[in-house]
Amino acid sequence: MAATPFVLQLLNALAALLLLLSFAMLAQRRVVTLVNLFAMQGALLCAATLLLAWRTGEGNLYVSAALTFAVKVVALPRLLHRLIRRLGVYWDTEPLLNIPGTMLIGVLIVVFSFGLAQPISALASTATRSAVGIAVAVILLAFLTMITRRKAMSQVVGFLSMENGLFFGAMSATYGMPMIVELGVALDVLVAMLVLGVFFFQIREQFDSLDLEKLEERGGER
Amino acid sequence: MKPVDWFTQVLEVAAALAAAPLFQGWVNQCRAWLQNRRAPPLLQTYRGLRKLFHKDAVIALHASPLFRAAPYVVFSAMLAAAAIIPSMGTRLPFSAAADAIALVGLFATARVFLSLAAMDIGTPFGTLGARREMMVGFLAEPALLMVVFVTALISATTSLPVMSERMATQSLALSPSLAFTAVAFTMVLLAENGRIPIDNPATHLELTMIHEAMLLEYSARHLALMEWSAALKLFNYACIGFALFIPWGPAMGGAGPFALSAAIPALALKLAAAGGALALIETLSAKLRVFRAPEFLATAFLFAVLGLLVHLLLGA
Repeated sequence: MAATPFVLQLLNALAALLLLLSFAMLAQRRVVTLVNLFAMQGALLCAATLLLAWRTGEGNLYVSAALTFAVKVVALPRLLHRLIRRLGVYWDTEPLLNIPGTMLIGVLIVVFSFGLAQPISALASTATRSAVGIAVAVILLAFLTMITRRKAMSQVVGFLSMENGLFFGAMSATYGMPMIVELGVALDVLVAMLVLGVFFFQIREQFDSLDLEKLEERGGER
Repeated sequence: MKPVDWFTQVLEVAAALAAAPLFQGWVNQCRAWLQNRRAPPLLQTYRGLRKLFHKDAVIALHASPLFRAAPYVVFSAMLAAAAIIPSMGTRLPFSAAADAIALVGLFATARVFLSLAAMDIGTPFGTLGARREMMVGFLAEPALLMVVFVTALISATTSLPVMSERMATQSLALSPSLAFTAVAFTMVLLAENGRIPIDNPATHLELTMIHEAMLLEYSARHLALMEWSAALKLFNYACIGFALFIPWGPAMGGAGPFALSAAIPALALKLAAAGGALALIETLSAKLRVFRAPEFLATAFLFAVLGLLVHLLLGA
């Protein structure tokens, strides 16, 4: 352990915190706090990218750190907060599974994704390759967040958090995706958010609620 | 084993016995200050114990011998635990008898006897407290064991003094796994010692209390022993925390009497800081509903497991 330089230690610590935040999002019932946690995840991601950029000297990474900050720490949370205020959804209803149960499933998911990422990190040549497992875990945990929630709002935050995981995975496996892909993804997420925002209003108008169970009930004659 | 080791051992147990009520008094004092109340004197806990020891014991008519034996069993379990935990020196003759996992077992023994004694008389409050205590215990124990496993994995041993030595000698590094484990341990400490998010040590409100409800039928020397062992338990938990996460200070290895004399102020300093921190946590948090306790302890377990996973994956 003595051999790992301080910057790498810091990166590892950030990765661990990212995983912790994913769990916090999994357990969080309040939508406002969920969005705040998402913003914190973005900030951590930005810090990790900056550190990695400084360590590897890759100019690209500085740009993507700036992009992360602009989109995931500033723009998206503000957009989400405004949506929450206008839609008046502050609480998610009880999730489909109770919280301790979800946590235990989350732990299993982390074990599974560490196993899944083992071959990838064995192939990667970057200094941060051990964090690939954490990135996969963040993706799958965000997926679990989406599965266990009823409200469209929290599902969208889960979706966005999934993108965070993807970004982190790309960063730790190959020092980031090509610039053009990254720009595209950032734009995609923003546009998706805008479209989903419009969707929220439509859903609410049609079903008087953002609870997606209602949508299923109307879905087809059973 | 050199004489100095035996001396350390005896000193440690004596210090635990003497300082445990003091530590509890210090936590109470800090809490009172933080809550803008006038603090009770530091020695109040000793006075309470002395008063109780001078009284005549009253025992319910239907009490079985178990009810009388339980205070002694609980107290001696806590004392044995104090003998294993390296609070002042790591070369303890007694520590060969039990490792960290056996230590968790010792705490469990004390809990079982406490709960059985509470149910023995058959009053509803005792039973209620015992049931709650067992619920908290069975949720806290896996988390505590997981904490022990993570630290055992990092230091490659389950013997608490050796663990503490290896933790102290390894090079300083940012260690997320240890940080997570420390958080988990703190949460277990709060739950196991009946501190505020789970139980309020200052309340006698029947519907919320856990630990106090179990002691309702005890009086005089039995009650004194029970309260003393509760103080010892808190002291022991604090010392386990120091041994695992702040291991600097105790006399390492075969160090002489000089290192031992330096260990005493170090321990006092750590205890003072820990007491303040404990009081701060208790002041800042509100008591959880009993049915929320599983969530609190599941979070503790989660932190410990995350510590384990992060250690396995990142090696940090």
